[in-house]
Amino acid sequence: MSAIEKISLDQIGLLRFITAGSVDDGKSTLIGRLLHDSKSIFEDQLTSITHTTRKRGAEGVDLSLLTDGLQAEREQGITIDVAYRYFATPKRKFIIADTPGHEQYTRNMVTGASTANLAIILIDARKGVLTQSRRHAYLASLVGIPHLVVAVNKMDLVDYSQPVFEKICKDFAAFAENLSLRNVTYIPMSALNGDMVVEPGDHLDWYQGSTLMDFLENISIEDDINREDFRFPVQWVCRPQTKELHDFRGYMGRIESGSVHVGDSVTLLPSGLNSRIKEILVYEGPIDEAFAPQSVTLTIEDHLDISRGDMLVKAGDSPQVIKFFGAMLCWLSEQPLDPNRKYLIKQSTRIVKAVISRIDYRVDVNTLNHETVNTLKMNDIAHVGLKVQLPIVCDEYERNRATGCFIIIDESSNNTVAAGMISANKE
Amino acid sequence: MNNHSFTHLDALESESIHIMREVAAECANPVLLFSGGKDSIVLLRLAEKAFRPGRFPFPLMHIDTEHNFPEVIEFRDQRVKELGERLIVRSMEDSIKKGRVVLRSENQSRNAFQSVTLLDAIAEFKFDACIGGARRDEEKARAKERIFSFRDEFGQWDPKNQRPELWDIYNTRAHPGENIRVFPISNWTELDVWEYIAREKLEVPKIYFAHTREVIRRAAGLLPVSHLVQPQAGEKAEHVTVRFRTVGDMSCTCPVESNAVSIDEIIAETAMTRITERGATRMDDQTSEASMELRKKEGYF
Repeated sequence: MSAIEKISLDQIGLLRFITAGSVDDGKSTLIGRLLHDSKSIFEDQLTSITHTTRKRGAEGVDLSLLTDGLQAEREQGITIDVAYRYFATPKRKFIIADTPGHEQYTRNMVTGASTANLAIILIDARKGVLTQSRRHAYLASLVGIPHLVVAVNKMDLVDYSQPVFEKICKDFAAFAENLSLRNVTYIPMSALNGDMVVEPGDHLDWYQGSTLMDFLENISIEDDINREDFRFPVQWVCRPQTKELHDFRGYMGRIESGSVHVGDSVTLLPSGLNSRIKEILVYEGPIDEAFAPQSVTLTIEDHLDISRGDMLVKAGDSPQVIKFFGAMLCWLSEQPLDPNRKYLIKQSTRIVKAVISRIDYRVDVNTLNHETVNTLKMNDIAHVGLKVQLPIVCDEYERNRATGCFIIIDESSNNTVAAGMISANKE
Repeated sequence: MNNHSFTHLDALESESIHIMREVAAECANPVLLFSGGKDSIVLLRLAEKAFRPGRFPFPLMHIDTEHNFPEVIEFRDQRVKELGERLIVRSMEDSIKKGRVVLRSENQSRNAFQSVTLLDAIAEFKFDACIGGARRDEEKARAKERIFSFRDEFGQWDPKNQRPELWDIYNTRAHPGENIRVFPISNWTELDVWEYIAREKLEVPKIYFAHTREVIRRAAGLLPVSHLVQPQAGEKAEHVTVRFRTVGDMSCTCPVESNAVSIDEIIAETAMTRITERGATRMDDQTSEASMELRKKEGYF
């Protein structure tokens, strides 16, 4: 009997989500409510925001101040960028990527969404589905967020009316039909009064579904990761070269998708050479089987030349090894795309030189119309064709988020200028 | 074999190991900052998980304010010996002697000046990346900081000009003179750290557990009496059962009243506590609403 506990995938104890909406939709109040009602707000934080509320000439406690961050932001009354918040219940730990809703929104939402299991899109019950709600839904589908909650907030201001809620659900569903959104859940609520956030409250008896917190605690996220295709990008080669471990070569990395078993036939890419898994090692000792997203060390039966940037996959289940591909890009930099320049691409553990050989179209995120453009500016979303100097080992983003995503780096500024998602159509 | 589900600690651990390996692979000359405190104790276990059976691909370094609790220094040396890794110690006393740090008084808190010694050491060893144990739940400036966070030639952090960080693809490219701070446990909370210490059965310095200590009540907190802190007029030293939630500069790190004598009792206390770690224990963080942000801009970790 092994001393090491076998890990199963019954439940994943960490859920990451993003909240989309503007301050007017009650986003900060909702986050404040989740933190407050899960007892994640500390007394000194409450004292501090009470003090700030008073300094600004208001009364009481403005829960939205909790998500305010830096001095620069407080002075200007704006929020920059993505902030991360944490709370836990006995069932799960949660990470919120809190993104502000001003003009840099697309860039910030894509950044926050890239690691999220779930997105909460806030809709003001009085206003219904607005242009920005459609934009949020489109970005959630673009980044492939597996679960979506449409939080119809401020129900207290429409007398908790069931027809109002149902109309909004119908409108949203009609729009979402055109997007590749998988699991959409609608919850009516009042973040201000706390109805349907953590407790059901007394006003929404007609609603049969669970509260937001109950939903977040219980939703199954095990299949958010691709469970079929074993993908193991090599991060680091361990060669201790000590007396006892003279010939030891361990390939260290994280399983990005699928699982692996001792004895499995594997293929090394891009070379295409084959071998078998000899050992799966973790700090505690050898194990028989491992799965995504575990970080492990693998040894193989044969002596192959393996280095960082290579990928081990199961024989017969090969990803693409390509030099030309199409991708959706979100341009993140203030410096626009220069189609004549070479950029760097980082995809899994590989960095290669690349050119953006064509821009097929830009997407108007409000109307979803396609537009013809010659360059890309910050917050633009577009489909492009890329050519890389050396082949990359990848999957389509829709099939495998982990091996289908990449970033573009500007070699002269070293900045991350774009986020990319490899698409189905070749070239 | 026992089965257990993939817990939040498993998820956090795997993410942190992945980050450590990325730093080792992509940075030319990284260093891991080890203070003997609980967060850096966790970092060391994560480094073992990331790189054993090999050696760590980086040395360890401690920036010593010489205002440290003796128990912590003793623990630091013991832990390094067990690991068989290399430790570099650079002391603030050297920076003071060289005139790089000028203190108003001998007993002044040295936390804010650590950055000078740290920047000097980075220059001396040409480190391009410093792995540290900061967490985003500690403070609101941290909540907005990237896992790979860049410092310019003067060690300054520009919060408005951070690189977007997407998925778990880290852009580690830096210009000469720039330095990267890497925070593998960014997404951990104080409670996660203690739960992990319990799970991994890690040793921690004795001062984290409840003990009787001579303290003074000053402002809203307790200050430990030492050669640096003596009662002033109107103050009275008293013996109180306390423990430390952080281990920093002796002149400004406040213990909290506690009876927790085991890790499990610390976890229970941490889960119940109603005051943030820094709010309870760091006098230097309470001077203004933006204290940490200002110090970070100056090059503080």
